[in-house]
Amino acid sequence: MSLLWPMGQRMRLNIEKMAKHVFVEYSMLFVLFGLCIFFAIATLETQIPTGQPAADQLAPIIREAIQKDGKIVLIAGLSTDDKDFIDAIDKQPGIPENRMTRIIGESPRRVRQKLEGMVARGDIPAGIICTRSISHWSLLQNRDKIFNGLGNIPLLLPRERTTSNFLKPANLKNVAGQSAVFAIIAIGMTLVIITGGIDLSVGSLVALSAVTCAMTIRDLCGGVGADWGGILIGVAAAVLVCAIVGFLSGIMVTGFGMPPFIVTLATMSIARGLAQILAEGQSVYQVPVDFSWLAVGKPIGIPNEVIVMIVLYIGAHVLMTKTTLGRWFYAVGSNREAARLSGVPVALVLMIAYVASGALAGVGGVLEASRLQSGSPLYGGMYELYVITAVVVGGTSLSGGDGKILGTLYGALAIAVIRNGMNLMNIESYTQGVVMGVLILVAVFIDSLKRGHVVLWLRRLFIRPT
Amino acid sequence: MDDHSKSGDSPLLQMRGISKAYPGVQALDGVDLDLCKGEILGLVGENGAGKSTLIKIIAGALPPDRGTIRIDGEDVILDSPRTARKYGIAIIHQEMSLIPTLRVWENIFLSRHGWVHRQEERREAARLVGLMGLEINPNAYCKQLSVGEQQAVEIATAIRVQSNILVLDEPTASLSKREVARLHELLTRLRKQGIAIIYISHRLEEITELCDRVQVLRDGCTQEVYCGASIIREDLIQSMIGKRLVGEFPPRAPSPGSTRLKLIELSRRGFVRDISLHVRRGEILGITGLVGSGRSELLRLICGADQPTSGMMKIDEMPVRLNNPREALAAGVCLLPEDRKSAGLFLGRSTMENFSMPNLSYFSSAGFLNRNKESKAFAKYVKLMKLPLHCAGRMSNTLSGGNQQKLLFARWLFRQCDIILLDEPTRGIDIAARYEIYQLVRTLIDEGKSIVMVSSDLAEVIGMANRILVMRDGAVAGELDNSNNVSQSDVLALAYGATDATKH
Repeated sequence: MSLLWPMGQRMRLNIEKMAKHVFVEYSMLFVLFGLCIFFAIATLETQIPTGQPAADQLAPIIREAIQKDGKIVLIAGLSTDDKDFIDAIDKQPGIPENRMTRIIGESPRRVRQKLEGMVARGDIPAGIICTRSISHWSLLQNRDKIFNGLGNIPLLLPRERTTSNFLKPANLKNVAGQSAVFAIIAIGMTLVIITGGIDLSVGSLVALSAVTCAMTIRDLCGGVGADWGGILIGVAAAVLVCAIVGFLSGIMVTGFGMPPFIVTLATMSIARGLAQILAEGQSVYQVPVDFSWLAVGKPIGIPNEVIVMIVLYIGAHVLMTKTTLGRWFYAVGSNREAARLSGVPVALVLMIAYVASGALAGVGGVLEASRLQSGSPLYGGMYELYVITAVVVGGTSLSGGDGKILGTLYGALAIAVIRNGMNLMNIESYTQGVVMGVLILVAVFIDSLKRGHVVLWLRRLFIRPT
Repeated sequence: MDDHSKSGDSPLLQMRGISKAYPGVQALDGVDLDLCKGEILGLVGENGAGKSTLIKIIAGALPPDRGTIRIDGEDVILDSPRTARKYGIAIIHQEMSLIPTLRVWENIFLSRHGWVHRQEERREAARLVGLMGLEINPNAYCKQLSVGEQQAVEIATAIRVQSNILVLDEPTASLSKREVARLHELLTRLRKQGIAIIYISHRLEEITELCDRVQVLRDGCTQEVYCGASIIREDLIQSMIGKRLVGEFPPRAPSPGSTRLKLIELSRRGFVRDISLHVRRGEILGITGLVGSGRSELLRLICGADQPTSGMMKIDEMPVRLNNPREALAAGVCLLPEDRKSAGLFLGRSTMENFSMPNLSYFSSAGFLNRNKESKAFAKYVKLMKLPLHCAGRMSNTLSGGNQQKLLFARWLFRQCDIILLDEPTRGIDIAARYEIYQLVRTLIDEGKSIVMVSSDLAEVIGMANRILVMRDGAVAGELDNSNNVSQSDVLALAYGATDATKH
């Protein structure tokens, strides 16, 4: 025991250290969790299940009823929900066809006649299954008065359930899909911001990329009839064009020492204009149906765009934490002169950052075009602001030299969660704008808290020497 | 304390029992300080002794945990730099706080509220600057001024707002000898006008020469207060470090080997011209001269940070052209820059990252880092350099100046460069750390490295270098063989161009 003691001690220390590390490094993750919990509660809603879920809920009750007394009656209408419901009931195991009497799509009068017939035959069912809306019919509500002997036959209805709209699997997938394009572009933006720059052109590059991709497929690869080869050529062309724009921005920043803000402000305008000129101001729709697989296809149950996002994040995380190049990004952003004197190829590092930012915006544009089955020069409006918000919310310092790729992922997810949650809560878009702005301020406030500015200020305000 | 009783009246600034703790360290522990009208109080102590903290408290930038401050016999609370200024306290910092893109007169009147009175302010600025004993055009932009002139402008600003307590933090760190003399003359004049001055410096000869009283801080406590004739350099050193040093400089290395680096008429237009020099194996070449004589620019040329416009450079008799510091490093040339913060350190990054930045190729294969290898190498050098052991994960800006410099040294030591360029290696560093750095340099010499050391500190150059190159106005003014310690006056004569010293 005494031998084990120091080990236990050390383990406890390690756990403590790890907890502290996790808290400091992943505070953003906690914020994300908090947001999810908040929206999960805020979007709680009482619902009556229909279709498949209703059938799933009722099946055990039906089976029980059949086992006891034999027969049941199913009453349903003709709406799609009702059809789904009936189909789903049919698919449930353990409900033999001959034990169930169906009365489908009949008027209340006919239903009454049929039920009276059954009572007359002495064929009393063990229960009546119906949907919520039919259960409100007065003949069913007052069945004890109308039919002799049907009074204590139970109505088997789907029960009310309280569920969170936010936590529905379909909605969560939706959040992942909504965040994918931003999150992918935000990787490149994180690189650029860590080197102390900024790239405002990403939103316009989304449009340029989408237009280039769609037009290459339409004009060079056979349009709607294009095969996978043609689609790939379109994708490659789009990403390449955006990478070239990024390269030109990089040249102007490194070669001529122009400020990145102005350079990318210019390329933002140029890229958007080029997209307009190329597409002649129109959307380009002539793409094959298969094209949409790129973004929304689900080979393993998750949309492709989410898979692309995850793969790119893993790659970028490894790049920034485990490679020489990653260290160089931080060095250049932290102190460019010191980096140069330390033999860091500063110009090359900056070029890589801008080219990566351009190319990733290109990937985002392709996914956007794929999801919407067209390329329009209007895509990507204001994306640069959302993306910069994601990066800043993720804890990357706008002054360069500090930041984390995973932080950006959390930032992008947090923004997607907030937007989605606000939509579910029916908050109007004007209010959403205000909330987004406040979010940026809070993120920057937390950043300056970490740096101690605010603490110093508060201390000066409240603490006086004795 | 009876030191101030001679002036008869109560001290202008009286601090009692000032304490301040940072997490994990008691920076100040019950420090008393008195400052009378018309006196210059020297404040000395090693880095980390608490000088900066004390200054920050006087400046109102930092609230003390305990203690009282009286100004003119009145209890005051200095809760912001603004309040401190209101009570007539002016701080002249190590780093200049003028706005480089504004004119001299605009800077002097920056803190004035309301409308700008251009004519009047310009006239007044000219008068104030004249008072400093300098000829500065009040219309000049501050970035055009030399460091010494900028300092004079800062003092002029302090006089303009009628400050009566002037705190100078390492004012001579980057001044030439002549500028130092002028500053001292100015301070003596201000003392006569009744202004109280706190003078902080690592250069003890200045302290002994200038100050009426000297207060020595060590580990956050007042160690001793010397006054008048009892201020003796050796005593100061002893009470600062608490132990007597054996010798200030390690013994000079024996005979150097063959020539390693040779410059032939290397020039960069507008900065340096026709520099010819050579450095041998196991030799220290000291370069000195006034600030602005092109010393740092020369080092930047050698390490590839700037490009020469003409001339040639040879390493081991082979002509080389170094297009950037990356190529220089590959050729075995590295530079320890003068300004650690702006050109050396990655302040927001960890100490280990700082250590390994130029050495990443040793810790990686195919671009992927081997963290294990990296932290092992770092741990070894932390031990070798006597850096604080727990510093691996720490941010480099939490280290003291001396430790920052040692961290930069470690960086290049690991690299095993053959030609090491040191630009003011001991600037702003306390005596103990300074001695460690001298010994390090000496070890490097024993290993056969070639060192070029630029320094304004003549004692340091004479104490360390085998040969001394003196620069003036971007050219070599002369070279002195230092095997038998040349006199400071010989070097100065060359630097100022007074006489034509013997060339070797």
